[in-house]
Amino acid sequence: MGAPSWRESSKVQPGGPGIRALGVSENEWRTIARDLAAGGGRLLGLWGDRDASGTSQIRAVLLSEHEALLLTLRLRDVDERYPGLEDLFPCASRLQRAVADLSGLHSTDPDLRPWLRHGAWPQLYRPLVDGAIAAPLDSQVDDYQFIRVEGDGVHEIPVGPVHAGIIEPGHFRISTVGEKVLKLEERLGYVHKGIEQRFTQLPIGEGHRLAARISGDSSVSYCWAYCQALEGISDVQITPRAAALRALCLEIERIANHLGDLGALGNDAGFAFGLAQFSRLKESLLRVTHDALGERYLMNAIAPGGTRVDLGAAGRVQLEACLREIAREALSLQRIYDEHAGLRDRFKGAGAVDAPLAARLGMIGLAGRASGQALDLRVDLPCEPYAKLAPVKCGRSEGDVAARVAVRFDELQESSRLIGRILAELPPGAHHVPVPLPPAEALGIGLIEGWRGPVLVALQAGEQGTIRRCHPHDPSWQNWPVIEHAIIGNIVPDFPLINKSFNLSYSGHDL
Amino acid sequence: MLKTLRQIASVGIATEPTPQADDSLRIRDGLQEHIRRVLGRALCIRHLDAGSCNGCELEIHALNNPLYNLEGLGIRLVASPRHADLLLVTGPVSRHMEVAVRRTYAAVPNPKLVVAIGDCGCTGGIFGESYASCGRVSNVIPVDVAVPGCPPSPTRILQGILAALTRSRSQPSASANGTP
Repeated sequence: MGAPSWRESSKVQPGGPGIRALGVSENEWRTIARDLAAGGGRLLGLWGDRDASGTSQIRAVLLSEHEALLLTLRLRDVDERYPGLEDLFPCASRLQRAVADLSGLHSTDPDLRPWLRHGAWPQLYRPLVDGAIAAPLDSQVDDYQFIRVEGDGVHEIPVGPVHAGIIEPGHFRISTVGEKVLKLEERLGYVHKGIEQRFTQLPIGEGHRLAARISGDSSVSYCWAYCQALEGISDVQITPRAAALRALCLEIERIANHLGDLGALGNDAGFAFGLAQFSRLKESLLRVTHDALGERYLMNAIAPGGTRVDLGAAGRVQLEACLREIAREALSLQRIYDEHAGLRDRFKGAGAVDAPLAARLGMIGLAGRASGQALDLRVDLPCEPYAKLAPVKCGRSEGDVAARVAVRFDELQESSRLIGRILAELPPGAHHVPVPLPPAEALGIGLIEGWRGPVLVALQAGEQGTIRRCHPHDPSWQNWPVIEHAIIGNIVPDFPLINKSFNLSYSGHDL
Repeated sequence: MLKTLRQIASVGIATEPTPQADDSLRIRDGLQEHIRRVLGRALCIRHLDAGSCNGCELEIHALNNPLYNLEGLGIRLVASPRHADLLLVTGPVSRHMEVAVRRTYAAVPNPKLVVAIGDCGCTGGIFGESYASCGRVSNVIPVDVAVPGCPPSPTRILQGILAALTRSRSQPSASANGTP
């Protein structure tokens, strides 16, 4: 791309490595976004907030090669429409609709339907501007305008919000002819529970607990991203041991989720053996994690300044042995999956998103890597200790269910290799340092590659240890719209399989 | 196929002994003894995510793994509330799920049991009550057993489910706690 003109005027933003910030005009907002989109950049997050004087602003984080750029556009008044980015980054559409629902700021893009607001609160109430309310608001009857497919023999199947499995709620409107899917339209927001407003009611030193509960399957990712942002604005450097322990937790989280998904994907394709085997392996990892680090799921392992828990010698040995065994068993199970004709038949070609479409839609994370989008923050924008660990990116180009299964198998092996290194080279010393209160108004950006993809937490301090604004962003925002494309032309019974192969978060998205 | 069989044979049976019911988790005694006995032989559970962070879902999934082997106890997770005897509800109830939760509860045939799972299901947890959250499950539908934890372990969840089925010796009559 060469050195773009904005590079000189941008300055370093506290938080994760390689993040720069730039205040922009309306024109620059569009031109910089267009330049970065043309160079294969990604939109990592978009949200609204207010500066110290109360002026509304719209912010976006864009990822280019080895750099993330925070753009801030100040709006002259709240009624001014800011330039939309939907044509450059398709995932911006829902993000902008969510900003309208929560902050009352509107873009120039055409889709004006609410996204996260279903009618539990009136349009005039802006949860992130007007503050908390004592009594429940009058809920309205929700009349969402789905886009209808018309024609001879077109049949509409509404699914959800309550699904026929142990999964989160969301609504899918599937239009079909016979068994073939013509169109899928998603409706999310059912598990919106006011997380962003809740953040502003917590002390900044406690917010990591809420961050860990944004999406329970990614608690380490969110908690680390929150702490990274806080430590950035508090000017704290965590110890090498703390960084290593955090990476250990993050890779355990990745392996646990991959084991769960690999079993569930086998099961969804009618191979119950896979579920039994992988869920047994996952259970063994959870138990050893509990013995070594105190919890089956690491909801409380990371805290501002380092980690809450330390790893003892016995736990280290246990983890090492457990992961060696899991890696070995996963390899032989991979061979069984690869050679199973029934699985191959269901996985191959199902829900395919080719690389050009994935690039156009801004696909990201694990699913993106299975569609030829080789982005991994652990490699591209590494925080400690990943620069030293040198993880290898895993990827495929086919973009079908088989590719997403293969990437999980590969990442499982790679993560257990990383854990082996972390355990072998665990630095001595403290695992925790004190964190002073950050200066009011300071904004930090945390960026962590969770198992699903990049997790972003933008944290702004308020007066005396309060949180002024905290915006978490889940990679599911980028990939949910992709499923609407992946399903086209597939048969309805393959929808659960395709959906599971992405395994996106509802809670992390709905906030 | 040989590899698959060899793997099955080499693992053997991983299922562990069933934990005991934990009566202290019960907050309401709604069902009569003979009904409990009938349900207890083949219980059908419908999971309902009312706004959870998906952490509790991970542990409910674990109940089906070979070590806890829920189906081995005659307890099945079913696909429709109309097939269910017991609702396993997670999360604070988000306002956007409130109607769906009431309708799902209504769709379960009588007699029915409700087990609220996790700190959020028990108290609203860290999310509490707000413009978007109704708080604990019992603010919306009657709850028989509440299992705290963030997330509670599969053993705790199973103890809660079993507590809903076995009659309490210490609490012979219904208590008002937990009803809306």
